[in-house]
Amino acid sequence: MLPARYVVTGRTVETADSVTLRLEPLERPIPRFQPGQFTMLYARGVGEIAVSISGDPSVVDSALTQTVRAVGAVSRALHDAKPGTVVGVRGPYGVGWQPSLAWERDVLVVAGGVGLAPLRPVVLTVLAQRWRYRRLIVVAGARTPREFLYSDELKWWSSRDDLALELTVDHAADGWTGQVGFVTQPLARLPLDPAATTAFVCGPEPMMRFSAETLLRRGVPADRIRISLERNMKCGIGQCGHCQLGPLLVCRDGPVVDYARAAELLSVREL
Amino acid sequence: MDAFGLDGLDELVRALIADGHRVIGPRRRDDAIVLDDVTGVADLPSGWGVEVAPGRYRLHRRGDDALFRHSAGPQSWKRFVHPPRRKLWETTDVGFAAAPDDERRLAFLGVRGCDLAALGVLGRVLGARSRPFIVAVDCTEPGGLCFCASTGTGPSVGPGYDLALTERLDDTGHWFLADAGSEDGERILAAVTRRPATADEVAGALRDVTAAAGRMGRQMPALDLRQLLHDSRQAQHWNDVAERCLTCGNCTMVCPTCFCTTTEDVTDLTGDHAERWEHWASCFEVDFSYLHGGSVRTSAASRYRQWLSHKLGTWHDQFGESGCVGCGRCIAWCPVGIDITAEVAALAAERSGDDVDV
Repeated sequence: MLPARYVVTGRTVETADSVTLRLEPLERPIPRFQPGQFTMLYARGVGEIAVSISGDPSVVDSALTQTVRAVGAVSRALHDAKPGTVVGVRGPYGVGWQPSLAWERDVLVVAGGVGLAPLRPVVLTVLAQRWRYRRLIVVAGARTPREFLYSDELKWWSSRDDLALELTVDHAADGWTGQVGFVTQPLARLPLDPAATTAFVCGPEPMMRFSAETLLRRGVPADRIRISLERNMKCGIGQCGHCQLGPLLVCRDGPVVDYARAAELLSVREL
Repeated sequence: MDAFGLDGLDELVRALIADGHRVIGPRRRDDAIVLDDVTGVADLPSGWGVEVAPGRYRLHRRGDDALFRHSAGPQSWKRFVHPPRRKLWETTDVGFAAAPDDERRLAFLGVRGCDLAALGVLGRVLGARSRPFIVAVDCTEPGGLCFCASTGTGPSVGPGYDLALTERLDDTGHWFLADAGSEDGERILAAVTRRPATADEVAGALRDVTAAAGRMGRQMPALDLRQLLHDSRQAQHWNDVAERCLTCGNCTMVCPTCFCTTTEDVTDLTGDHAERWEHWASCFEVDFSYLHGGSVRTSAASRYRQWLSHKLGTWHDQFGESGCVGCGRCIAWCPVGIDITAEVAALAAERSGDDVDV
């Protein structure tokens, strides 16, 4: 339960309320992470929260890349952490996306808002081992064009011919020439090979449900749709009880689960 | 099996203390039987019994000098293996330092079957912390809210004890039948003046413990509870409970297996020194399920459903067993007397289409 000390060595402003921090260990590093896993990040004296890891798993160093959106006291403190700030890190925890489940298959990544953060390692894993996968489709939505994370990287992805990128916004702004609407719209019309597609979906819970239901209607099997659940996490190791969703301890049994397992749980109010 | 008298029990406590243990046992305080340090038989609640009902707990004088014939009190052994509040670590500019562990070895005196089972359940959730020396006591006098016979956790104590006692009061006097369940138990028992028990004495004790199973004040319905709770997620009955439930969380505090905790971060005035503390939490708190933007479970119905469904249902999914050991504490200490066995019966009746009054 004792955090490892990491120091902020880089801080990239992503959006009005989100930054990406580069963290390097002062002493012992935490073990290597799998895409979709999270850490418990501690801001001194303020508290600790679960934050997904958004770095490149193919880069072998001990630095961590984590994107934080300021929505509460702890995430605000982490968001505001200047280079040189020391934070505490525990982890990595949880069951991740397991991109290898999509070997020899089409990979469909669906992200809503900051949901792109835990999915970035999936895209980078596929790009690093491109021969293992068939098509790579990334559908990302944001409320406005200014709210996309990793905008420089999105430009690079859109220029590649081994990745199909679909960006859509809820509200267009001056200069936006792309799509307007929810991610379900491109999902409904994209050419898919449903039986050979594995989808990785992350975003607000309603967005994940509607996306998964759209994909189910298109014939993608429920156990080939993986979503990342969010619940209150205090300990990260299945001992504090906060993150329960029915039978799941989300920190231990998730956060990534198959929609085949999650659908009935998400359909019950206040479960 | 061995037998010894009250002096032998005194020797047993002294042997445990001499062996370096802090001995915890039942004591009478504030009109309740609580768990606290004991140094000998004189500290035990001789001749005190307990009368319980939903929302009610009263001590009464017994007609004998029995030491262990009082059903579960407001505390459980949980508070000693999983403290209500503890410091996890502290941090300064030079790093994080874990809070020192309490090095004292604990010995629990008077652990009933239900509570012995609860210690096992808690250990399988939290992982092996330091294991106490356990002197268990068979139950021959279940209380009005007990239902361990229907949860398979009593009235005789199951495995996991170092010593198991059966308290006997008969025409030969006040004495104890003792069985060692571990090498440690044998070692401590060797320090006690004792004699071998006769076959008749062993048979008599067994008969009384077995008979106690038929005198439980409550019974958990003999159903597949895991399936029932799974199938009852949308039950109307949760709204019925919610009209009575105060969401106070008493049931989770007195439950010997409820393990949920939260953390609290504190600093000194300079901010240079910070600490992280863990304390018990309850799924009845609105903040328990807080995510930015709001809590997942705000209605009382959803919070009671979470507690009951976890205790009897999803505990199986998470830890491979039930979280209920049939001690009845949650019924006694519920301020409005909500009865877990009756609520289960009502859920079962709703599933089967019958209507019952709770």
